[in-house]
Amino acid sequence: MYAFDIERPTRVTDAVKLLSDSTESQPLGGGQTLIPTLKQRLAAPDRLVCLSGIDEMRGICTDDAGRICVGASTTHVEVAAGAAAYPALAALAGNIGDPAVRNRGTLGGSLANNDPSACYPSAVLASGATVVTNTREIAADDFFDGLFTTALEEGEIITEVKFPVPEKAAYMKFDQPASRFALVGAFVAKHADGVRVAITGASEEGVFRWAEAEAALSSDFSVAALEGLSLDGSGMISDLHGTGDYRANLAAVMTKRAVAAA
Amino acid sequence: MPADGGIGASNKRREDVRFLTGNGNYTDDINMRGQAYVHFLRSDVAHGTLKGVDTSAAAGMPGVIQIFTAADFADVGGIPCGWQVTDKHGEVMQEPKHPVLAEGKVRHVGDPIAAIVAESREQARDAAEAIEVDIDDLPAVMDMKAALADGSTKVHDDLTSNLCYDWGFVEENKDAVDQAIKDAAHVTTLELVNNRLIPNAMEPRVAVGDFNRSTGDSTLYTTSQNPHVIRLLMGAFVLGIPEHKLRVVAPDVGGGFGSKIYHYAEEAFCTFAAKALNRPVKWTCSRSEAFMSDAHGRDHVTKIDLALDGDNNFTAIRTETYANMGAYLSTFAPSIPTWLHGTLMAGNYKTPVIYVNVKAVFTNTVPVDAYRGAGRPEATFQLERVIDKAARELGVDPIALRRQNFVTEFPYATPVAVEYDTGDYHATMDKLEEMADMSGFEARLAASQAKGKLRGLGVNCYIEACGIAPSNLVGQLGARAGLYESATVRVNATGGLVVMTGSHSHGQGHETSFAQVVADMIGIAPDMVEVVHGDTANTPMGMGTYGSRSLAVGGSAMVRATEKIIAKARKIAAHLMEASEGDIELKDGQFSVAGTDKSVAWGDVTLAAYVPHNYPLEEIEPGLEETAFYDPANFTYPAGAYACEVELDPETGKVTIERFAAADDFGNIVNPMIVSGQVHGGLAQGIGQALMEGCAYDEDGQLLTGSYMDYTMPRADDVPFYRVDHSCQTPCTHNPLGVKGCGEAGAIGSPPAVVNAVIDALQRGGHDITHINMPLTPSRVWSAMQG
Amino acid sequence: MAQVSMTVNGKAASGEIEGRTLLVDFLRDTLGMTGTHVGCDTSQCGACVVHLDGKAVKACAIFAAEAEGAEVTTVEGMANDDGSLGTIQQAFQDHHGLQCGFCTPGMVMSAAALLKDNPTPSEAEIRDYLEGNICRCTGYHNIVKAIMAASGQDVSSIAAE
Repeated sequence: MYAFDIERPTRVTDAVKLLSDSTESQPLGGGQTLIPTLKQRLAAPDRLVCLSGIDEMRGICTDDAGRICVGASTTHVEVAAGAAAYPALAALAGNIGDPAVRNRGTLGGSLANNDPSACYPSAVLASGATVVTNTREIAADDFFDGLFTTALEEGEIITEVKFPVPEKAAYMKFDQPASRFALVGAFVAKHADGVRVAITGASEEGVFRWAEAEAALSSDFSVAALEGLSLDGSGMISDLHGTGDYRANLAAVMTKRAVAAA
Repeated sequence: MPADGGIGASNKRREDVRFLTGNGNYTDDINMRGQAYVHFLRSDVAHGTLKGVDTSAAAGMPGVIQIFTAADFADVGGIPCGWQVTDKHGEVMQEPKHPVLAEGKVRHVGDPIAAIVAESREQARDAAEAIEVDIDDLPAVMDMKAALADGSTKVHDDLTSNLCYDWGFVEENKDAVDQAIKDAAHVTTLELVNNRLIPNAMEPRVAVGDFNRSTGDSTLYTTSQNPHVIRLLMGAFVLGIPEHKLRVVAPDVGGGFGSKIYHYAEEAFCTFAAKALNRPVKWTCSRSEAFMSDAHGRDHVTKIDLALDGDNNFTAIRTETYANMGAYLSTFAPSIPTWLHGTLMAGNYKTPVIYVNVKAVFTNTVPVDAYRGAGRPEATFQLERVIDKAARELGVDPIALRRQNFVTEFPYATPVAVEYDTGDYHATMDKLEEMADMSGFEARLAASQAKGKLRGLGVNCYIEACGIAPSNLVGQLGARAGLYESATVRVNATGGLVVMTGSHSHGQGHETSFAQVVADMIGIAPDMVEVVHGDTANTPMGMGTYGSRSLAVGGSAMVRATEKIIAKARKIAAHLMEASEGDIELKDGQFSVAGTDKSVAWGDVTLAAYVPHNYPLEEIEPGLEETAFYDPANFTYPAGAYACEVELDPETGKVTIERFAAADDFGNIVNPMIVSGQVHGGLAQGIGQALMEGCAYDEDGQLLTGSYMDYTMPRADDVPFYRVDHSCQTPCTHNPLGVKGCGEAGAIGSPPAVVNAVIDALQRGGHDITHINMPLTPSRVWSAMQG
Repeated sequence: MAQVSMTVNGKAASGEIEGRTLLVDFLRDTLGMTGTHVGCDTSQCGACVVHLDGKAVKACAIFAAEAEGAEVTTVEGMANDDGSLGTIQQAFQDHHGLQCGFCTPGMVMSAAALLKDNPTPSEAEIRDYLEGNICRCTGYHNIVKAIMAASGQDVSSIAAE
């Protein structure tokens, strides 16, 4: 790795200041993705601002609107254990990586990175969640902006994510056999005002909503409603682990299985 | 099973204590005072002319001690190849130079260009980034058939082509084979790929070179399976250091599987640099670096024809293989697709004529060499897949087809030069049928179908040649080394023994199993026997551990040395008891005079040997230490039968291994627990090859699988508990222990079982698919099912 | 350069580190405790697993600075006070759950974390838990068996030899 300093602020305001007073400062969440990147020398920050020690960014609670509010520095294992009111979210968190990764990886880190094969973006998008930063609130539909890109400004950090709890939901993930990231993952959430279906792992642009499936499921929330629906594989990621057509197939299959499990 | 911990007992391993408490001594745990660190700047293009390496900016950077390039090795030899193959025209193979650092050209992604030695690894890496390398890209030679076409870019410009050799075996039988195929009642043909693998022992490679100014001795600590071989190759052929001035130490090594046999450039570099700089020089490979610098395995493209007569007897086998050598010849590389593959094409069967053709090809990829099984998995896979396909075409039971063609009379001289000493293939197949509960398959099939899944059963046999090898024979075949093994058994005055063996243990448990053998022979407790390995300074010259040879060859050397010890001890005992030597019996560590109650204990005899006050000095010398070198008379031939059941999810193509049974004949067994462990590990690697693993390059020679993010390693949730059995034992007829070796069997026999099972599942599910190339990833299986 | 202090296997440990110093480097290089191993650079192999404040973490994917003030347990701390092998270690020896030993420290530490959360795990739970621990030697059979045995479950019906 290149050399850098590490700062461990305990308050959001201090973290924001540390990130804004140098363009080469980078936030450090759980480090499970950033540290391997640094080892390859693919990033060269001069300062890492560690966000895991900020208590106000950690924890799970429920707000007055009944949304599950998860602090951005909450680890996957904490969400798996503590988000019982939203079982599909807890299950998703409990299946990210492996136990040691889950003890360190954070919600905020995952979302800010927006890996096209990550699980959490599909939960945020399918829940219609709100991403809260130190300066504003961003709706899920506006947050994800393409491969490894989000709506976050330089120096802006996620402090919390508020998840509306759907009536029914499930996440089905088909593992990329090597990395155990999602080769394709489908998060289906039935809300009072309609169904949202978020697919991760399939598109170069990252997580997206499958509008056709949402429309079908909104009028009939059943596996049968999805019969005959398919996605176009030609626009999807095609690599060693699967062709675009294969991913399109998986997206449909995982969506059906999520509906069956919801 | 002996309760006393001798041969046949599942003694717990004594080496476990240090490994479980974090007290192992792996090469990266070794740190020498004043050590410097080396980082290799490696090519990031697959092929190019190296026009210049400008180190001027890097040389003055903080912590940099010296930067080396090819020019610094002008007087140093290249990395040698240990096996010279002669082709079917009687010409020797094309053998390019393999410089320590790239010279003139870079020939694969990962080819080392410069070595930066600095006070810390990070400083060395910083300096590497400041080195300007001027490379003119050349087309990457990636496809083997295209590499042999006229006009192809050459990987080595000083060779006539990219063909290393065109080998035919047995050439005199070629016409007979072609004729038999023409005349056959039925011919089954299969084209297949044996996928390129990366061994990925969990411990990455490390080398620490050290030079002693006062003695002029060089020492290399290295993650090697065979320190003496490294000492010989590096000392004699690269650095010009005689053995008595060069010590090579392989301490605890975290797995090898073949990848740590070879003499690598990094080893030569660290040894050379330590002397040049008069400081220890340490190199630790990172995992991503390992992907582009450890020897890869397998990578064959084969077409096989199996001819049968009207009664389903095998009448001929013909194979044509393209074998990838990579960019340079690694230590044993030429021998893998030839002598370790062609000679196994008979398998367990009495096919009368066989012809194997192998074209070994240079490409712009990492060098390829032996990986667990080394040639035998390739042979077994071709044979057992084509037999399975033939069974389907003919509508016969795959087990029945195999059984009717089994070799049943031994010794059996195959048409591919090797002679099987002993075996009983019906016995292992009988055992397999019992273990695998094949009669229960239909019920399990119905249960899978009820869940919407397909299910299949795959069965196969295997045989392998291991316990390598008779030196005379391999010498004739082109080996540049002998393949004997050695042991010095030193008895101490107070009765303990030290066995210094030329074998090496990097997971096989020799410290435990070897001690069991010696203890059993004398009749003392195994903890009185200490096994020492890995350091050329205190072990006799040995060829190391690979090819399932440790017990068969190393163990035999140790037995011969111990026999000499016992013979001498008898003389001493006879003298002590004033009896004639012929009347001395040794049992349970006591020497007694037959027909009397006179006896002396082992400890009395050993003390007498070193305190020779009452001692036959006119007849024998004091002391009790003997050495033996054992050159095996033949290979050994473990064999067996495997069965695999898979479930297949047709919506995703995902295959899971539901059951795996392995019935092996390893001859005699020393430690059943260790043997089972070896089979388990081999099975996981074979399952990995069949379903998950595959080293992939793009057409420009970029490594697409450069880390565990893309190269799938089997995890605990990818495999079930295995059922393994080695109660069928036809002892080897030509070594003193009657052992055949077991280290590679699992990896050899399992890929065909898995693939046969998947094809079975698909066929039962109504899909007319006759073959899918490994790895059978979910994507590949699903795509094949789409037609 | 900065200073870091933590407790390792119950003893105070401190040293000079850089920002980029990983916990595994601190353990291996600064403290000379080489029981924790490095097997990859993508945080997947698990040979480096240690416990940080009672939780399993990959020592190669956490900076030493982040362990300031923490309680760290490594494989060197898993034996009994009298030096005899702890329950999990003994089970691994009894059931041949290791061959080359390189992945073993991580396996032992992961097993310990599992058994703390789930005292009698099923075979499937164990295999799932070990997703982040790669072994190349054993084929996992005896590792899973050893962990089941360490948890006090009867493993006699699992094929041994």
